[in-house]
Amino acid sequence: MPEAMNTPPASGRRTVLGWMLAGALAGMIARGDAAPPRVIPVRARRFVFLPDRIALKAGETVILALTAEDILMGFGAPDFHVRADLPPGRTVQVTLTAGKPGTYRFLCDIFCGTGHEDMGGTIEVT
Amino acid sequence: MDGTWRRRDILRLAGAAGGAVFASALPGWAAGRDEDFVFVQLSDAHWGFEGAPNPDARGTLPKAVAAVNALPTPPDFIMFTGDLTHTTDDPNERRRRMREFRELIAPLRAGKVWLMPGEHDASLDAGAAYRELFGPTHYTFDHKGVHFIVLDNVSDPAGQVGETQRAWLADDLRKQSREARIVVFTHRPLFDLYPQWDWATRDGEAVVAQLMPYRHVTVFYGHIHQEHHHMTGHIAHHAARSLMFPLPPAGSQPKRAPVAWDPGQPYRGLGWRTVKATRAPDAFGLTEQPVQRDA
Repeated sequence: MPEAMNTPPASGRRTVLGWMLAGALAGMIARGDAAPPRVIPVRARRFVFLPDRIALKAGETVILALTAEDILMGFGAPDFHVRADLPPGRTVQVTLTAGKPGTYRFLCDIFCGTGHEDMGGTIEVT
Repeated sequence: MDGTWRRRDILRLAGAAGGAVFASALPGWAAGRDEDFVFVQLSDAHWGFEGAPNPDARGTLPKAVAAVNALPTPPDFIMFTGDLTHTTDDPNERRRRMREFRELIAPLRAGKVWLMPGEHDASLDAGAAYRELFGPTHYTFDHKGVHFIVLDNVSDPAGQVGETQRAWLADDLRKQSREARIVVFTHRPLFDLYPQWDWATRDGEAVVAQLMPYRHVTVFYGHIHQEHHHMTGHIAHHAARSLMFPLPPAGSQPKRAPVAWDPGQPYRGLGWRTVKATRAPDAFGLTEQPVQRDA
């Protein structure tokens, strides 16, 4: 199980708080006023992702709007079980939920040229 | 304790003994063997690479060739498990590096020299230059009772074997007995060693599932530039060192950067191996060899 996807064992107090939070969220969703996930634009071009550092809060769900600018790239964040092909010129959206705090690596997972192996970045979860 | 753990324990014990006799699975000792033989695995020469991780970038491969030729008895064959050349965006330069590589390994003394591509050779042109200069990227051969399967998990830039080749593999495996002694060569690991560093094959799990019904399967691969041993069920996977620069253990540092060259211990972390196929169907005696005899 990837570290980012692990759920830490909850204490009794945390469990109660968790249920209270879930109840409040359920109420918000039922009323249709849940905040939509934050959309983070990410550009990919030989051989960088911009930005190459993405900061998330633990438990936060975001949408990454990924656009390859020159050639076919791939986006892979194995700790989040997320990956997508990025055809050039088209924006591809992936949804990602941050788990435990930590630093997690994402990478281009389609071999794209001489700088491919350095093409990646980090997702910082706090 | 189940069979998997027994085999892992055997691997661990073999490693702890400083030797490298990997004997997995004990049943079927007499199955599928004609006679003992030795082959050599070379990997990841990255011919054309230049940089601080190897100040002797143009000298290391020739030294390894000389070391192999210094074996008391030439191996039955040599298998080069990919990344013969370092990647370049220039198709002409790619071919030039491949031709140079071919000339450099021409003096190798062995019954036969087999090659296969790594992603540096084949991922930018779907294997076109490789096939032009070296031939097919996946194939099989048989030698002294062992069936060898060379799988290409690099010509697709997504790092997968692909449906067509998996169908080809299924056809080939259908002709084999479940007791057949099978060795698979790949460039990338067939299991998720560390996908964060692209140390995986996207459809590797499907390939391993195809191999799983066969009782005596061993995989040799490259790509990760270090010695590594892993079991998926009863199937052993052995990674070889590079002949250009070593890479650190998976996830041991933020980025997959080469291990720095140590002037006090040149060629440290580089090397090749001999593999002795012995009596037991799954037993291969692995001996890690230095680039230079006196290293």
